[in-house]
Amino acid sequence: MKLYLKIWRQKDANSKGAMVDYTLDGVESDMSFLEMLDVLNEELIEKGEDPIEFDHDCREGICGTCSLMINGRPHGPESLITVCQLHMRSFNDGDTIVIEPWRAKAFPVIKDLIVDRSSFDRIQQAGGYISVNTSGNPVDANAIPIEKDAADASFNAATCIGCGACVAACKNASAMLFTSAKVSQFALLPQGRVEAAERVQNMVRQMDIEGFGNCTNTGACEVECPKGISLENIARMNREYLSAIIKG
Amino acid sequence: MGVLDSKVPPGPLAEKWTNHKNEINLVNPANKRNIDVIVVGTGLAGASAAATLAELGYNVKTFCYQDSPRRAHSIAAQGGINAAKNYQGDGDSVYRLFYDTIKGGDYRSREANVYRLAEVSTNIIDQCVAQGVPFAREYGGLLDNRSFGGVLVSRTFYAKGQTGQQLLLGAYAAMNRQIQRGKIKSYTRHEMLDLVLVDGKARGIIARDLVSGELERHSAHAVVLATGGYGNLFFLSTYCMGANVMAAWKAHKRGAFFANPCFTQIHPTCIPVSGDHQSKLTLMSESLRNDGRIWVPKKLEDAQAIREGRLKPTELAEEDRDYYLERRYPAFGNLVPRDVASRAAKERCDAGFGVNKTGEAVYLDFDSAIMRYGREKALTSGMKNPDDATVRKLGEEVVEAKYGNLFQMYEKITDQNPYKTPMMIYPAVHYTMGGLWVDYNLMTTIPGCYAAGEANFSDHGANRLGASALMQGLADGYFVLPYTIGDYLSDDIRTGPIPTDIPEFDAAEKNVRDRINKLMSGNGKHSVDYYHKKLGKIMWNNCGMARNEKGLKEAIKEIAELREDFWANVKVPGSPDSKNQELEKAGRVADFLELGELFAMDALHRNESCGGHFREEYQTEEGEALRDDENFKYVAAWEYQGDPSKAQLHKEELVYENIEVKTRSYK
Repeated sequence: MKLYLKIWRQKDANSKGAMVDYTLDGVESDMSFLEMLDVLNEELIEKGEDPIEFDHDCREGICGTCSLMINGRPHGPESLITVCQLHMRSFNDGDTIVIEPWRAKAFPVIKDLIVDRSSFDRIQQAGGYISVNTSGNPVDANAIPIEKDAADASFNAATCIGCGACVAACKNASAMLFTSAKVSQFALLPQGRVEAAERVQNMVRQMDIEGFGNCTNTGACEVECPKGISLENIARMNREYLSAIIKG
Repeated sequence: MGVLDSKVPPGPLAEKWTNHKNEINLVNPANKRNIDVIVVGTGLAGASAAATLAELGYNVKTFCYQDSPRRAHSIAAQGGINAAKNYQGDGDSVYRLFYDTIKGGDYRSREANVYRLAEVSTNIIDQCVAQGVPFAREYGGLLDNRSFGGVLVSRTFYAKGQTGQQLLLGAYAAMNRQIQRGKIKSYTRHEMLDLVLVDGKARGIIARDLVSGELERHSAHAVVLATGGYGNLFFLSTYCMGANVMAAWKAHKRGAFFANPCFTQIHPTCIPVSGDHQSKLTLMSESLRNDGRIWVPKKLEDAQAIREGRLKPTELAEEDRDYYLERRYPAFGNLVPRDVASRAAKERCDAGFGVNKTGEAVYLDFDSAIMRYGREKALTSGMKNPDDATVRKLGEEVVEAKYGNLFQMYEKITDQNPYKTPMMIYPAVHYTMGGLWVDYNLMTTIPGCYAAGEANFSDHGANRLGASALMQGLADGYFVLPYTIGDYLSDDIRTGPIPTDIPEFDAAEKNVRDRINKLMSGNGKHSVDYYHKKLGKIMWNNCGMARNEKGLKEAIKEIAELREDFWANVKVPGSPDSKNQELEKAGRVADFLELGELFAMDALHRNESCGGHFREEYQTEEGEALRDDENFKYVAAWEYQGDPSKAQLHKEELVYENIEVKTRSYK
């Protein structure tokens, strides 16, 4: 396949970026999208140009590092996958592909296609944990029985990989899907109930401090989430938040 | 041999750890506030260690090259974590977990360490559940278990196919709690480039801020390396792209011995290589072997027809299939340990029975499981005489509930539906049992420098059983290191902060800067990946699933030549003063080019076959590994002497007081 690529190049956070055109020949359908970029980078290095910087690590769809807008969609055209799981068989010979970094104020560009997502870490540091000591917990694990449906629902919320696709997909760059998944994981478990009210208030406050926008129930986040995190989590977080405020 | 003191405490095996904890020195809580600890790497071992050390009161700095600690490659572990809880009442015990692990490691791990691992395994589950890790549950609300390769009990706790992800998120959450309290300072997108020694003790690191390119000095009273394994020296592996040996290798060059580098696990169930462009391999969880049956065609002509696309696997009659694991190892069948399953696959493919285009793949077939589960489901749903299509549909639903995400992942990568046609799998490099030599306290041969998790060597021997890596990472981080490090740090309560404006830091920083400049001044003939791929080919062909003297000698020579070429001709674009991924890769590959040679030397000197190390010269008539306990029942710990080829071998004899060393048989 021969592809025409339009890729965002930006030297660093303080420089102005621009789209640059590349043509790449000999792309095979078995390649992953990131392997296609590897091939392009080898060509650029060969030519003495700077390769394109992009974030990636596990290349198995689980670490949440890869983060590309492909033709305007986070992680590209297929649903329920990350960029590393996207294969070139999803494209056709002669296609033009537009590749950009995540677009959100709270995710400033570091270089080319790499953005800074440390705001997600700070939201979790604000309360995304259960306050249990780590040095030898005396309670036997089976002394905390958990209804299977609740455990499964908690697990489903916990499958969020923190990639930021929800933010990139949202016209308001809202982090509600991400934050609500974290809130839900603990809200659904008996271990997490004790500090649930405090948790949701602190995490929501941090989310606002970081400059993420509001949720207007468009649902693009759910559509683009590679792990299928459900909008129900946002509803649950709103309920948690409301009841926390009412209780004071 | 006197150099290596394992510091294994005296006394009965079951009491060693308790006695040791009672006897080692403690640091008063008020004094812990005056002590700094650096933790490099934030996977399961690093994150759990950092969180626990911070909670104890130490000032902790963590470093990871990823943009968040939560992305460490521990997240990719799918299958589960072992613990001797015996919740299933199937006869499990601490002793049995210990025994299975020692035997699985082919009697090349340290007895006391492994016993301690089994002992604290039960605490890990308690700890993680308390932290809100959403393990799989039964309908009664209790924890569910499954079994894994190499064992006959169900002791594996899991969270669908992403146990590693959930356990790491638990440890990361514990870290976040300490970051919020100000007890951990987290440095992300940072890489350790050198270890700083003062008066022979580890007292800090030189790190590079991967965004600004700036070199930074960080001091501490002790340094913990929890930086994972070095399997990426094969280029193609199941490791994440960034996994490297840099921190461990720098420590090695500063005096930490490197143990058993040739003990590398080849995992039997990975998605086969599809082409030259391939950047990494993807593992399919070993838990699939609970239900999947592994086979190749019985007849060579059928294998050829399948390779050429003239015959579909589903068209091949049952009697024309060779379920070779069930045939060769009736007791364990498809659940034999990883090294045995991997070698058996290679043996069949080498004999011409491989089933993909390149002839390097075998089938993992779920058809009989689908039908078995379907019939059971039909019965329990009260259906009488359901037709095959109904049974299959019901069965597919059960299998989907168990392995759905793995099946989806397989389909995304290969474009084939594993419910309808058997999966294709082939072995791939997955985990390194070798690593920095540590004593019972997890301290390397450099005082104050510790190694935890996959970065050390002690617990897995020559081979690792399934679901035991997560166990070791968390055991080290939550329960072992936080105790043992106090014994060392108790001497430092009056030391005060370690300054960074001393000659030792100056020299280390200069060393790092010179090396970066040298990397960037290559002649510019080839990219970093060019060298990495070449190294990977040498390693896979000569130091892979099977090794022999001739191949290893060639590899040693070829790697040395490749290294020379690399330093003269590598092309690293961009500048060192900014984000530069090629420069990051170049530094890592430079280390692999040294480690690779030591790896081959270690494999060459070990004239036996055991676990992940299979020397073709040493096998039984049936093709099974032939161990030599008489001459090789030791840890090979290598001391750096200025060049990998000059490394000096030290031996730690392994003593088994509580276990009878037997031939490992799974028949």
